[in-house]
Amino acid sequence: MCRLALKTANEPFSPYEVLSAMEAMQEGYDGSGLGLLLRGMEFEDFKYNPRFPILSGIAHTETAWKRVTEYMEKRGYELKYDHRFHMEPDLIEADDRFRYFLRAYRMPVAFRDQSDDIREAELLRTRLALRNLTDEVDKVTIFSFYPDVAMIKEVGWPMQIGNALCLHDGQIKSRVCMAQGRQNTNYGINLYACHPFFIQGISTMTNGENTAFVPIRDWLVGKKFSGYTGYQSDSEVFTHILHYTLKKLKLPLQAYKHIITPLNPTELAEHPQGEFLAGLRQVCKRLIIDGPNAVIGSLPDETCMLVMDQKKLRPATVGGRDGVWAIASELCGVDAMIPDRDPSLDFQPMREHTVIIPPHRKELEIWSQYDPFPLPLAA
Amino acid sequence: MVSVRSVSITPSSLTPADLPWIIEHREDRCTLCGRCTAVCPKGAIRLAHMRQRVPKLDVFNKNRGNDYRTFTGIRQETDPAKLCIGCGMCSMVCPNEAIAPVPGTNENRTAFFQNQKGEPMKRGGRRNTTGPTLLDRIMFNRISMLTDPALDAGRHEFTTTTTLGRILSPEDFLDRTLNGGWIPPSREVFPFIIGSMSFGALSPNMWLGLLQGVAYCNEVLGIPVVMGTGEGGCPPWVLRSPYLKYIILQIASGYFGWDEIIRAIPEMQCDPAAIEIKYGQGAKPGDGGLLMWYKVSKLIARLRGVPEGVDLPSPPVHQTLYSIEESVMKMIQTLSTAFQHKVPIYPKISASTSAKSVLNNLVRNPYAGGLMIDGIDGGTGAAYNVSMDATGHPIASCVRDCYLDLAAQGKQNEIPIFAAGGIGKNGNVAQNGMAMIMLGASGVHIGKYIMQAAAGCLGNEKNRCNVCNLGICPKGITSQNAKLYRRLDPDKVAERVGDVFMSINTEVKKIMAPLGRSQSLPIGMSDAISIPDKDAADRLQIRYVC
Repeated sequence: MCRLALKTANEPFSPYEVLSAMEAMQEGYDGSGLGLLLRGMEFEDFKYNPRFPILSGIAHTETAWKRVTEYMEKRGYELKYDHRFHMEPDLIEADDRFRYFLRAYRMPVAFRDQSDDIREAELLRTRLALRNLTDEVDKVTIFSFYPDVAMIKEVGWPMQIGNALCLHDGQIKSRVCMAQGRQNTNYGINLYACHPFFIQGISTMTNGENTAFVPIRDWLVGKKFSGYTGYQSDSEVFTHILHYTLKKLKLPLQAYKHIITPLNPTELAEHPQGEFLAGLRQVCKRLIIDGPNAVIGSLPDETCMLVMDQKKLRPATVGGRDGVWAIASELCGVDAMIPDRDPSLDFQPMREHTVIIPPHRKELEIWSQYDPFPLPLAA
Repeated sequence: MVSVRSVSITPSSLTPADLPWIIEHREDRCTLCGRCTAVCPKGAIRLAHMRQRVPKLDVFNKNRGNDYRTFTGIRQETDPAKLCIGCGMCSMVCPNEAIAPVPGTNENRTAFFQNQKGEPMKRGGRRNTTGPTLLDRIMFNRISMLTDPALDAGRHEFTTTTTLGRILSPEDFLDRTLNGGWIPPSREVFPFIIGSMSFGALSPNMWLGLLQGVAYCNEVLGIPVVMGTGEGGCPPWVLRSPYLKYIILQIASGYFGWDEIIRAIPEMQCDPAAIEIKYGQGAKPGDGGLLMWYKVSKLIARLRGVPEGVDLPSPPVHQTLYSIEESVMKMIQTLSTAFQHKVPIYPKISASTSAKSVLNNLVRNPYAGGLMIDGIDGGTGAAYNVSMDATGHPIASCVRDCYLDLAAQGKQNEIPIFAAGGIGKNGNVAQNGMAMIMLGASGVHIGKYIMQAAAGCLGNEKNRCNVCNLGICPKGITSQNAKLYRRLDPDKVAERVGDVFMSINTEVKKIMAPLGRSQSLPIGMSDAISIPDKDAADRLQIRYVC
């Protein structure tokens, strides 16, 4: 089973801390891979401007690497920073890894004064175009291209990958770090199938299988939004549903829970906004998940969240204190990330809960589906 | 040898061995009570007086001679008009197990003569093909094993309803909620709908039993079953009752019964579940309703607004039908307006290679609440045999094509597709229905299965019984003759309707649980099904297994 860990703190920290939590949770999983998402970036050797989008990925050969750099130049992106990992290549299982990259760019002049929507659309188009530069021999893998977000995915034991990329050296720090510890061994090994998944600043990771994957994927693909693509993993749809909820429907984060695991008709009949929520359930029927899943996510404003499937068939715990919080699929993961907290205040959400860690990180918001829905139009 | 001319032989002469059903009668058990001949709906058997030779030996006088005795026994008619239909009512009423029909194993010679007076064979029932259907062969095999836990059909909470009616896109829904626009009406119903069987085709007792059963399912069992009326209106007391909400009213090319319905609108206590506009049906595509004069009783005449005892053939198409863009849209819109846009309106068509075009037109019609597609295996009360057996399109690939077309447009949640035609043909109703749902249907209509399961209809695909068109239904299901329909106890039918839907509901959960699905009906979950037939798998775009 997958192991998940998320840490969010006011003070940037090394992703290695989260890897140690993965190590603590090692019992019961196969350590077949690692996916990392860092948000709120700080580089040791560069004063990073959080408006610069960071391109994260792997060029598997030198030709592929050239293709990426040339393409970015041609598209008008100005390279501001190129992070070089101190590598210990012997620790990497795969042998076709020419270059791991985290590169910060200044956007082309035409986009400098544009709205966030237009800039984000351009970043998405660029990311998808870069993904398409791949071919049989010269592979390119692109994880994310977005301001203040970096991603790393690799096959192998999490700690081993952390050591291979020397993540303990303090070169990279972030305020939010999400880690998932398993390649998608249910299917063929594919770096794109590794959690967390990312689209336009929104990211989620999940443990468990998504049994309703195919109908959900078919519906999302039918929306004809270019970012709704990939689907090497059944869990990628969780990210895209969150994106659809927030960016396309422009609903608040709480609506996510009402979309993926809506209340049943009897519960809706008693809900203060039952009529609206019943309508929402109906129009978003194809996005209902069945689990078993715990979905852990983070948003561009550094909000972090955790929701369970409708039957709470997977575990997950959140704990921490003012300024620093951790979410993990196993309690020992939270212990490893924040040992100096009051564990009696840890919270394990039930089926109706959405746990939200707001950007100020002062306290948790535990929101129940039975609570009134925070939206004026629902009133 | 006797001269051939002295025996009555015509081109249509048959012997009992030529018949599709042969009556086996044991004279040693028969008490000559006469119940079998009285109950036989076709007059296929008769009491006959026969003479038997008895050898007469006068041993002492060394004389050999003959004596004769007469006796009374049962004989089978060979006249094509009186062929045994294998219904087995004779056997059912015989106190002594003395009589039963058995299928003739010889060639079906009668097929050549069922066109007496130039009238081709007409019957009720459905396509006479036997053996497992394509739907029977579909298996559910994306089983949750170890990577995710299977659910518990008995203990977990399941949602097994589907939506009938148009659904907006999420964007439009939010926009209209904010700005006060019209949200199309929809109903959450059980995905197994009792298909449209008209009040003329079914007997009053059958109809009453079904309605009682449906009300029980809704109000006691909590299973939101709805039923269609078919063409021919609805009893006035139902129109003005709170049970109307369980009824899908049908308007078809004869418009029978709509005078009564329109007049009842101001007095309706609730809205009907939906309105179905029938443009075609699977059993007899391109043909209209066919209620024969002997089924047009006083009650039926009143409901349909016609004189008693006249044939009521509906035209094959609506007289107003000029083009789909214009007439269908107008008809849907008009009916929607008549019910103040509070009732879903959807068309029913025969499965056809042109179904996708109809669907694409409906997608652009904001008032269309769905599409019902009826396949070649659909049943009917009366049709020409050739229509039933050879005209139409199988349902599975037709619905699959339509669903994939909708999915390509991202509209699969907006226009629900309902499927009918052969669902439960061999009794596997939940399995067949769920296979259709995973191929992309939002629900299925079942008619023949309900008649068989809830009322004991004797018809089958070996052409047993299948005389619904003649009004002589031996079980009283499709007869307007009070002597016949009094055989059917509406309470017993209602009880069976409850049994059937409770059992389907459990089987649906038993299918969903191992797939790890419970929160919503697995519509279009094509990764969960497969079939041991490569060609069918390729055609339906599902997995082939062997």
